Amino acid sequence: MPPEMLLLAALDGLAYGSLIFLVAVGLSLIFGVLGIVNVAHGSFYAIGAYVAAAGVLAIGTAGLPTWLAFPTLLIAAALVGILVGGLVEVALLRRVYGKEEVLQLIVTFAVFMILEDAQKVVFGVQPYFANAPMNWLGTVEVFGIFYTTYQLVLMPLVALAVLLGLRFFLRRTSFGRAIVAVTQDREAATAMGIDAARVYLITFIIGAFLAALGGALASATTSLTPGIGAGTLVLSFAVAATAGLGRIEGAAVAALLIGLGRSAAVYFAPEFDVLIPYLIMMLVLLVRPQGLFSTVQTRKV
Amino acid sequence: MARQLVFGLALIAALAVFPLFSPWSTVILTVALCEGLAALGIMVLLRAGQVSFGHGLFFSFSAYAVAFMAAAKVGHEALILIPVGMAASGLLAAIVGLFVVRYRAIFFGMLNLAISMVFFSLLEKLFSITGGADGKRVPRPTFAGIEFGREQFELATFYVTLVLCILAALFVARYLLSPGGKALEAIKSNETRLEYLGVSPRKVLYGAYLLSGLLAGLGGAIIALVSGHVTPELAYWVRSGEFVFIAILGGIGGVAGPFLGALMFQIIRGYAAVYAPETWHAVLGVMLLVIIFFAPAGLYGIVAGKGGKPQREEGGR
Repeated sequence: MPPEMLLLAALDGLAYGSLIFLVAVGLSLIFGVLGIVNVAHGSFYAIGAYVAAAGVLAIGTAGLPTWLAFPTLLIAAALVGILVGGLVEVALLRRVYGKEEVLQLIVTFAVFMILEDAQKVVFGVQPYFANAPMNWLGTVEVFGIFYTTYQLVLMPLVALAVLLGLRFFLRRTSFGRAIVAVTQDREAATAMGIDAARVYLITFIIGAFLAALGGALASATTSLTPGIGAGTLVLSFAVAATAGLGRIEGAAVAALLIGLGRSAAVYFAPEFDVLIPYLIMMLVLLVRPQGLFSTVQTRKV
Repeated sequence: MARQLVFGLALIAALAVFPLFSPWSTVILTVALCEGLAALGIMVLLRAGQVSFGHGLFFSFSAYAVAFMAAAKVGHEALILIPVGMAASGLLAAIVGLFVVRYRAIFFGMLNLAISMVFFSLLEKLFSITGGADGKRVPRPTFAGIEFGREQFELATFYVTLVLCILAALFVARYLLSPGGKALEAIKSNETRLEYLGVSPRKVLYGAYLLSGLLAGLGGAIIALVSGHVTPELAYWVRSGEFVFIAILGGIGGVAGPFLGALMFQIIRGYAAVYAPETWHAVLGVMLLVIIFFAPAGLYGIVAGKGGKPQREEGGR
């Protein structure tokens, strides 16, 4: 096993883990607060990626400076989170809170099918490639290996910022505390004057935004084709489930674990790169059925 | 009850004579029945409030088992291949079930999805064994020792499938009324109370999982024979999603529901392929939402007179 390849696999894993963390932590947050596993989460990722790529390509065509691409990525993610995420919550999810889990699951599954086709209709099926932001940042040298600054520095930094930002937001800000309160006991929180419906909406938008942000960041590193939503969904679920649904720090560790495992597979056993994340998830769940970082749940009779 | 019986008999009679008048429909109806069998398996699990997004695993495992055996000329006989394929899926369900029954709700659904995706990627990547994305051809076997031509073979398969579906539906109906089936509903409403009664929810769910794997396997074995070709697509999550869709569309109130759903699904797919070839998944998604919000009991609920009234659920969380 040559050391350069090991290092490359580790760097790839870091970049990939950062990306998956963003998507998985959004999924985890939505589940933690709304109690809904959002199957449509993969679509937010895909649509975020397409909107960002379209924006970046438009900047290129208009001859505007390339650095503008970075705010574009952020704006694209915010737009998708607010417009698409907000619409889904208000129009559909609101009707199924507190109902059977199967029902909630199927509603988001239906949304997923609709959004996948909507994305094909709007952006077509030909691959999109908008790597201008990645090229603009150039490369860095790590132990004699050149790697793009975008993937090695920017992506992990964004992931770290989201991790710390979420922690700060949930623990220190009043709205974040309101979210935690609603998660613990919706009725009591409502009695204390917290608008639970608003908390749900904003949490869902934040979750959708994080997925779209993951997609927007990914759009510079890979070509976009239909189907990326489904692939990312199952992967981010694997991360969220490995961590224990609803755990933010756990999602970071699990994302890194699965990111590294997957990139190691890409270099050393390329036939099985799809397999590794599922294997990691299965192994973890076999030992700890509630995930790596979850706490024991009380049972209600 | 009488109304349901009459309705069931009418459905069977209509199915039985249809291919005689329009031979082109034989294969389509057989495919619908196969998907109905898999959806029946999903329905058994839905009774316990569990949804599997990975039953394509059992469907495809059985189909590939049949394909390998038919290619190897082992038991080159439909009436042997079908039970063997089914048994292969049953065996797989017995193994997979050992650990998935420990999980509930989303963990259950997604673990099933994960395992089926592992199998899907193996089918695609192990090109030398499985033929990769192109899949494998399934040579037409004999039927009860007779070498049929294509049309007769399809017709014979259809009628055997119809009989098997009736038997499966009767068996599942019987099972749902048995203590095991009743305990299944208790898992959905309150598992802890079930444990206090001294019943092991895991064992109950394991039995249901085994049954649902066998049903999906039966459907998969037949579909391999009737389409003469197996591809990894049979294991893809979209296929598993279709089974869930069919079960919800048809309704889980009675065993005729999944078959009704499967027939309706074929009709929608047929029309969507013509009028909305690019967006037929979206059409399905919209239908799914309409059913959930306006007729939660599914088509079966409408036909069997249960109406579209949503059942009151206890507010959780």
